[in-house]
Order: sequence, then structure tokens, then C-alpha cells
Amino acid sequence: MKALKCRECGREYPLAATHVCEFDFGPLEVVYDYDRIKSSLSRESIVKRSKNMWRYRELLPVASEPTVGCQVGFTPLIKADRLAKKLGIGELWIKNDTVNYPTLSFKDRVVSVALSRARELGFTTVACASTGNLANSVAANAASAGLTAYVFIPADLEQGKVVNSLVYGARVIGIKGHYDEVNRLCAEIAGKYGWAFVNVNMRPYYAEGSKSMGFEIMEQLGWRIPQHSVVCMASGSLLTKIHKSYQEFSKLGLVPSSSYKIHGAQATGCSPITTAQKAGLDFFKPVKPNTIAKSLAIGTPADGFYALKVMKETGGAGEDVTDDEIREGIKLLAECEGIFAETAGGVTVGVAKKLIASGKIPSEDSAVLCVTGNGLKTLDAVLGHVGHTREIRPSLREFEALLDSDTAMAAA
Amino acid sequence: MSKKIRIPTPLRKLTQDEEVVEVQADTVGGAIAEMQARFPGVQERLLDEAGNIRRFVNVYVNEEDIRFLDNLRTPLKDGDEVSIIPAIAGG
Repeated sequence: MKALKCRECGREYPLAATHVCEFDFGPLEVVYDYDRIKSSLSRESIVKRSKNMWRYRELLPVASEPTVGCQVGFTPLIKADRLAKKLGIGELWIKNDTVNYPTLSFKDRVVSVALSRARELGFTTVACASTGNLANSVAANAASAGLTAYVFIPADLEQGKVVNSLVYGARVIGIKGHYDEVNRLCAEIAGKYGWAFVNVNMRPYYAEGSKSMGFEIMEQLGWRIPQHSVVCMASGSLLTKIHKSYQEFSKLGLVPSSSYKIHGAQATGCSPITTAQKAGLDFFKPVKPNTIAKSLAIGTPADGFYALKVMKETGGAGEDVTDDEIREGIKLLAECEGIFAETAGGVTVGVAKKLIASGKIPSEDSAVLCVTGNGLKTLDAVLGHVGHTREIRPSLREFEALLDSDTAMAAA
Repeated sequence: MSKKIRIPTPLRKLTQDEEVVEVQADTVGGAIAEMQARFPGVQERLLDEAGNIRRFVNVYVNEEDIRFLDNLRTPLKDGDEVSIIPAIAGG
């Protein structure tokens, strides 16, 4: 790390807990010394290291060895042949962050960076504004690191996500409002108390953690950039960081330079970015979210502008899906590949289906779907839509009768 | 009575560390102009060359984003509170 730099005007700032430029409110981003990194980071040095996200640590913003989340990442990249056949594409891969350690979403990547850096900067209390997954990860990782955690969530969040924050002893504050309102309050709180707010004053470090998902995809594909990547968007940060990861590996000579497209996925009930993309605009209009994909329900996406830019530059598309299509996406992934994703994963699969059907992802190409969180956290969203248990008495005769009716149904 | 503007951390160097500034103006745009007169430099931080709110600045009147209201023409009445908030990532 060399400095923080404003993405808008290029002014540089010291590597402190600060996130916006004083001159134009532009987001600050970490600057690296790529020449130096190039001398120490090679495919050979990476493969010798432990299988977690820190095997790319030169490209992650910590000053010394990480102290939080040392085992996060290196989730499976699955060749999804059954789903590929169903969607009508030659080659399809699932980057499966539903089993990321320890809280079953890609957020463990960003949090391990944010909390490791927060410790380096001397913080003892950490906090976040969250749609759920981030709260879970901050709560768990703070507990294991002995840090105090305050997490702020919309009060109407799925029960699974609430319990998954409370159990670690975090102070969970439910805000009566949607995520954008939680965020607004947290921006004001972050300015007032000396806490490390992972997605506010720690954001330049935090956001970089997402790159590890892209690094892993390239390594697991055999050191190449996928032709197509489909990424779900809430604030749009993950999509921009996947793009950055591809660029960094290419710049460092770790993968051959090749053309690729990054496609953005949203829920129709909260689609400010894809709506702008479809209209050919480079700015978005904020919306009030109304979707079952609560982890993506950000109506004022902070990185929406940059996400639009990435889609435009790479030739990627933006697409969105309804609540029913989200549930169908969840079922498709589960039934074809045995992976139970949360609603955001349903969004990604549903959008991929549409993009393949419309030819925006050509059927002879290869695509990676970034599946970011676990379905056990959003059971409410699919309950009643995935069939039901059939109850019988503990009697062989009743079971045989049930089986006969199944056979008859299959024959009909 | 007047209207309260909550000043975000990145602007407090200009307001001599004042966290809340009171103004008399009756629109959001007017309030920014009034602050500019008292704390030179505030306006260019908040507005771009075309005079619109910058891309990464969110302004709220009584907790409602002014982009859902009437942007810079959003009226202010006595007792209103205006918050200026940088865009935040997350999820």
C-alpha cells in the first residue's frame, strides 16, 4: 500500500480510517506499488501458500500479516454441467461463496480485510450498516478477534440473519427503515464516535477484500480470465472489484490478457443500476426497494456509477429478475447442482438464464456465476415455494401407497 | 426559528468544526449558497461545475433524499433538518 487516492480527482491521502475526498466527496481507493508486487508475487509463490484468500495478500490492503479471518476464502469453483445444460450454455462455473468461512457469504472476505486493518490502526470497536450478511460477518469475526461490535440492520430483516448476528454477542441495532436509511444514520454515527465502521470509514480497505473472489476464480480456472462473469449488485462494489481483480492479475502477468464481459444482476424490485444500464445512462436514479432479495436492497448504490462504467467498458449487460424468477433461480441451482443459495444467488442465476436466452451470453461461450450467500439465511423467502413434506404414519402400507401414487403421477 | 444543516466530517474543516449550522434560506439550494457566504469553499465541495449536487453527495431533508423531493429547489421550513451524507457502500 502506498496511499489512499480519490477516484474522482486523484488527490492522495494518508493510509488512515477515512473514506471520502474532502474536496468532492469522491470515494478513496488504495494505491499499490505494482512494480514491487510483481517482483514477489508469481503463480509459483501463490500455489505454495495456504488455500485461503490471503494467498494473494500483496494485493490486499494490510500493512503486516492479517490477524482476523486468516482462513477465509478459497471457496469451491464448481463446473456446473447440469445447470449449463438447463440454461443452454457450453460451459458454466459456479463460484460458491455459500460455503465461505465462517459466516457463509462473500462478506467474510471484506470483513477479514477491514478488521485486520482496523486492528492495525488501533481500533477496538468495529461496526457496520448491513442488509444482513455483512452484519453476520462483522459479528462473528469481531467475536473471534475479541473486538466489540455494533451492527446496524433494517429492523424487518430475515430472522436467520438477525439470529446469526446476535449469537456472537454483537450489539444488534434494528433501524425502523430500509437499508439506505440505516446507511444514512451510520454515516452520521461514524462521524461522531471513534469506531471502525467497516463500510464507512474503513471502506477503502474493506472493499478491496472482494477482489479475492476474482483472484480465486482466475486461479481455479487454470490462470485465465473467464469470458463472462455474472455478478449480483447491491451497492455495485463487488462487481467493480471483480473487474479490478482481473485487471490486476493481467497487469502482473499472472493471467494472459484477454477480453471479457462482466454482467450485473439486480432484483427488479430494486434495480437502479440495471435500469440505468438498459437505458444507456451513466448515472442512476435512486429507488425505494421492494424485493425479497433483501441483501441486494440498496436503492442508492454507492458504486452504481462505477458498476455502470465497468459494464460499459467490458461490453457486459445489466439485467434484473422478479421475485418469482429469483425463487426459480434458487431452485434451479439447488436442483441442478446441489447448492442452496440465498436470494441474491437466485438473482444471479435468474439473470444468467435471461442473458443466455437473449444471446447476450452466447451459448458457445463460458461463464462464471458469482454466488455470494447461503440459502439457510433466507429460508423465509422460499418457504411455501419449494414443495412440502408429505406426512404418513410409520406404516409400510402407507409408504407403499404414497410410492404408488408417485409412480402413477410420473407415468401420467 | 431557522433550519439546521448537519455538517459531515469531510466539511468540518471549512466550518471550523461546527457540526450543525443554522441557516435562514428557504430552499436547499439557498441554504448551500448561504453556507458558502459564511464558509467559503462549501459550495464547490457539494456542487459540480454545472451547479448540480455532486455524484457522491446525498442530501436529505428531514430524512428524505432530496432526489425524491425537488432536488436543490426542495423547500425548507422552520425547524427542518438537512443532512449531507457521502455515498456509502455495503450490504
